[in-house]
Amino acid sequence: MSVSPSLTGSPDLMATQPLLRAEGVSILYGSTVAVSNVFLDIFKHQITAFIGPSGCGKSTLLRCFNRTNDLIPGAKVKGNITFQGIDLYAKHVDPVEVRRRIGMVFQKPNPFPKSIYNNIAFGARINGYQGDMDELVEKSLTRAALWDEVKDKLKESGLSLSGGQQQRLCIARAIAVQPEVILMDEPCSALDPISTLRIEELMQELKEQYTIVIVTHNMQQASRVSDKTAFFNAAETEQGGKQGYLVEFDDTVNIFTNPREDYTRDYVSGRFG
Amino acid sequence: MAEMYAPADARRRFFGGVMTALVVGCTLIALIPLIAILLNVFIKGGGRLDTAVFTELPPPPLVKGGGLRNAFFGTLITLSIGSLLSVPLGILTAIYTVEFGQGTKAATIVRFCTNVLSGVPSIIAGLFAYGVVVLTTGKFSAVAGGVALSVLMVPIVVRTVEEGLKSIPREIRLASIGVGANDFQTVSRVVLPAVLPFIATGVTLSLARAAGETAPLLFTALFSQFGFNGAWAPVATLSVLIYNFAISPYQNQQELAWVASFVVILLILFISIVSRYLTRRTVF
Repeated sequence: MSVSPSLTGSPDLMATQPLLRAEGVSILYGSTVAVSNVFLDIFKHQITAFIGPSGCGKSTLLRCFNRTNDLIPGAKVKGNITFQGIDLYAKHVDPVEVRRRIGMVFQKPNPFPKSIYNNIAFGARINGYQGDMDELVEKSLTRAALWDEVKDKLKESGLSLSGGQQQRLCIARAIAVQPEVILMDEPCSALDPISTLRIEELMQELKEQYTIVIVTHNMQQASRVSDKTAFFNAAETEQGGKQGYLVEFDDTVNIFTNPREDYTRDYVSGRFG
Repeated sequence: MAEMYAPADARRRFFGGVMTALVVGCTLIALIPLIAILLNVFIKGGGRLDTAVFTELPPPPLVKGGGLRNAFFGTLITLSIGSLLSVPLGILTAIYTVEFGQGTKAATIVRFCTNVLSGVPSIIAGLFAYGVVVLTTGKFSAVAGGVALSVLMVPIVVRTVEEGLKSIPREIRLASIGVGANDFQTVSRVVLPAVLPFIATGVTLSLARAAGETAPLLFTALFSQFGFNGAWAPVATLSVLIYNFAISPYQNQQELAWVASFVVILLILFISIVSRYLTRRTVF
């Protein structure tokens, strides 16, 4: 939400201080390493895109930023992930609070089997929201560019909407709890091109207020929407499995026009992946 | 090209026709006992179905007329006690095995025991209630009957609710957790409302099963010739009334047994229709 006082005073510092930082992060499922040794900084009010072939661990890494991976049996995070300088995996950190401040939009639209209104109001209610609920619902839906389409049927089930509308409902639900970061895990992969375009426009508007991290298989999407791009690749391990690693992380323009690594050039030019 | 395949095609069609006939035949054979029973009960029991059945007590031997008031309401009472005990227990068990204990040894053991329990003969459930309730309180009672029925109902409720919980996509839970809900809020405010139709089905299925049970009630609820006399007194039930009156030498009592059979079937039919109606409103 609002920037902390010490940071508002110095805009330079704001730009250089990462909001989320991954330092030497490896993620294991049981004894298999899914992603190894990632260093990455995510800055405020920017859209950071994770691209790379399937199985390179980009979604896995994304889920670690709000501890959704905690819910997957056997998943283990090594290394450091900090949010505003706080270690997200420290003992005293409450994962429920982490997830409230770092929201998530999933690959498949997953509205609650509740009314459109309650889809939005649920998060606010459980977080003890005291203000005018109708207003919050309207504001969130408006911001997610869905209000005009649903304002006359707020009582209908969220599941009655089309796929693109459902995904915008999920985005509205995520912003209704006023997070600071929104993680998006391939939010458009189940949507048609027009809905995809709407969501991309929406992301551009949302980045004024939020920080967005998006995983995408669609390179055009990454180049259209993001400020920074992280390219991941998967390497064969000796056991025959796949292990993801970060190849290159830079401004999106550089990744797509002048990458440092050959792998990145080959991938963004469509030579593999 | 078509002629080329003709012989094989004819053989395939012949085989398809024979198999279809076989399947239809088996279905009809399977339906015969059902239809025969329903018709028989309807003809012998349906004729005497009037308001007196629900307002009057069964008469002594050799007296004409009368009804099944005590047994009808006794069945409803024992079913209610059974539901009160088994529904909360069953729902909470299912929540544990699917939501919180998933994959743990304890959940596996609980699920295994539930499956064993669903295969336990109903008379054993009656013996259990006899030992636990009748012997400790020193009397036969509606409560003892309810306990016996609840033993039969719990596994049905657990299984149905488990199925319901499993049908809720994982993403819905993740979404709830993603907006900052804790596990309790996720289960109580997102998952449970979504499985309400399954809970309703579980309850009605278990009621339908318990409504027809005789063995567990024989030495728990026992029987009573009189109206309801409190939860801690013996109570008449339709199924035990059928058992008692069907073997009685008196024609009026035999007729009442047929009426009671008809009423039980109507009751189960009613419960099943309600269950169908509730599941039709499933959201997923």
